[in-house]
Amino acid sequence: MAALIQTEALCKIYNRQRPDEVQALSEIDFTIEQGEVAVLKGPSGSGKTSLLSLIGGMTRPTSGSILLSGNDIAKLPERFLAGIRRKSFGFIFQQFNLLRDLSVRDNILLPLYPTELKTAEMQKRAGEILESLDLASKQKMKVRQLSGGEQQRAAIARALINRPQIIIADEPSAHLDSKLTEELLAILTRLKTEGKTIIIATHDPSIYQHELIDRSYLMHDGSLVEAEQL
Amino acid sequence: MISGKLKILEHALLSMGRRKQKNFAIIAVYTLTVATLASILFLTQSLRTEARNVLLDAPDLVVQRLAAGRHDLIPNHYAEKIGQLPGVGNVTPRIWGYYYDSLKKVNFTLMGIGPKERDLQLFSGELPKTAKQCALGNGIAKAYGVELGDSLVLVDSQNRTLLYEITGLFDHQSNLLTNDLILLTEPELRRFFNLPADRATDLAVQVYNQREIATLAKKIKYELPDTRPVGKTEILHTYDTVFNWRSGIMLTVFVSALIAFCILAWDKATGISAEEKREIGILKAIGWDTTDVLMLKFWEGLAVSLSSFLLGSSIAYLHIYFYGASVLTPVIQGWSVLFPEFQLTPAIDLYQIFVLAILTIVPYIACTVIPSWKSAITDPDSVMRS
Repeated sequence: MAALIQTEALCKIYNRQRPDEVQALSEIDFTIEQGEVAVLKGPSGSGKTSLLSLIGGMTRPTSGSILLSGNDIAKLPERFLAGIRRKSFGFIFQQFNLLRDLSVRDNILLPLYPTELKTAEMQKRAGEILESLDLASKQKMKVRQLSGGEQQRAAIARALINRPQIIIADEPSAHLDSKLTEELLAILTRLKTEGKTIIIATHDPSIYQHELIDRSYLMHDGSLVEAEQL
Repeated sequence: MISGKLKILEHALLSMGRRKQKNFAIIAVYTLTVATLASILFLTQSLRTEARNVLLDAPDLVVQRLAAGRHDLIPNHYAEKIGQLPGVGNVTPRIWGYYYDSLKKVNFTLMGIGPKERDLQLFSGELPKTAKQCALGNGIAKAYGVELGDSLVLVDSQNRTLLYEITGLFDHQSNLLTNDLILLTEPELRRFFNLPADRATDLAVQVYNQREIATLAKKIKYELPDTRPVGKTEILHTYDTVFNWRSGIMLTVFVSALIAFCILAWDKATGISAEEKREIGILKAIGWDTTDVLMLKFWEGLAVSLSSFLLGSSIAYLHIYFYGASVLTPVIQGWSVLFPEFQLTPAIDLYQIFVLAILTIVPYIACTVIPSWKSAITDPDSVMRS
């Protein structure tokens, strides 16, 4: 099967040629196929988030290539990258990154505003996702009024509203207790069965040891030190 | 494409609702600034229009006599000499003068009406026919609290107290010149001011060809060296100059205030808060591109500035045309201390409104969009690390 995402000799240096220069990633070769779930393990500062940022088109590599369905997205202009972020990726951030003073429904709708989708279709999609993630009763509440688990589900709903092919989750269980982590895993398992490709950065064993994981990468000091297909 | 932009507008309005207090405060200050600027423009324009309206029916030339460099009564026979010049139509001697009421501390104009001026326009009621009748401008009627049919008390040049029946009132359209006007019959006015029968205050000259006014004025000056002919266009020019000068000073003051506000807005906007930066980062991370973010900020800026512009303009309209420009009148009119208050007739120059809109809306939008642009062009990567 052809790789959905493949990076080749990917390097990222922050603050290049400045006194605070940091080599975040070095010669990363990463592969994931359609419908797989890959996990990036490693301690804090090992480069997991940097790799997710590069794969998700949020920043550009210093060198190397990122192939998405065979096309190199590393050097695309910003407006194309934004389009790719919107159409192909759904992001679940460690800090949720929801707009706290907006309602759950309005937060979920945010990725759809710049699209050509009609308002009725937007509302229909939001309704379906809210229902599927058990947030329908909370849709009018402001995000700041939600519990941590509910905020996590709202963040997942926002990531899914554009019906992306790939879900990128950065430390998704960082602010969840064990029960909520189980809920999260159940959602991720469901997404996998729906054919989504998922990349998770985590150092939580309950996630990287879970049966839904197909590939596991261990990172250390900006390098991939171990790759394992399960 | 358009539906995407309108949906961003929808989000912009939703987003502004989250910062109600801040936005309300900005709109309030901005509205006040716009209201002041618009008031100056409306008032100046109205005064100019008032002057033009009245002068449409004014004589083409007014000939005064000068004695020792000062305005003096003009002999009636000058009218015959001027009337013989080619291109001159009717020449009418006019009788008028000023009347100061020390009790009310206002200055009025008294004018005599002859049998030839009975077709005077812009009038409601009846012109005075007898020595005991008069017609008034609105300002005088208001100042004395009198109406049609009431009596007006005046003290003549012999210090005699006289009673006049009010038979007519001027309407609003000629406020600038008729507001302070009292009309009496010509013989009565001569008696009132104790004027000789063979003299007039000035001469109203009709000119057949408007292009010849200046030439005829020169001829009159040549034939009658002790006269001063004044053309209608010169009077208009004087009004324009006076009002432009006064409004110019006011505009300078308030444009300075506007600039100060813009600097403040710019300062506030450039210090874009960490929360706003974070929001821009989130929007970019979830698929908004730089243009979408700038569009959002554009709509936000437009909503604030357009609301302020519309509100400010409406307040200015009410202030000038419904509340008699109570705040600005002393500054713009200048000589109004000698005039009774009067109601302005609405006269709006769309070009001025357009310029006002550009001056108030564009700088604010720029203050909103440009600082956000700095955040919008950075990689959303930072959001991943927050």
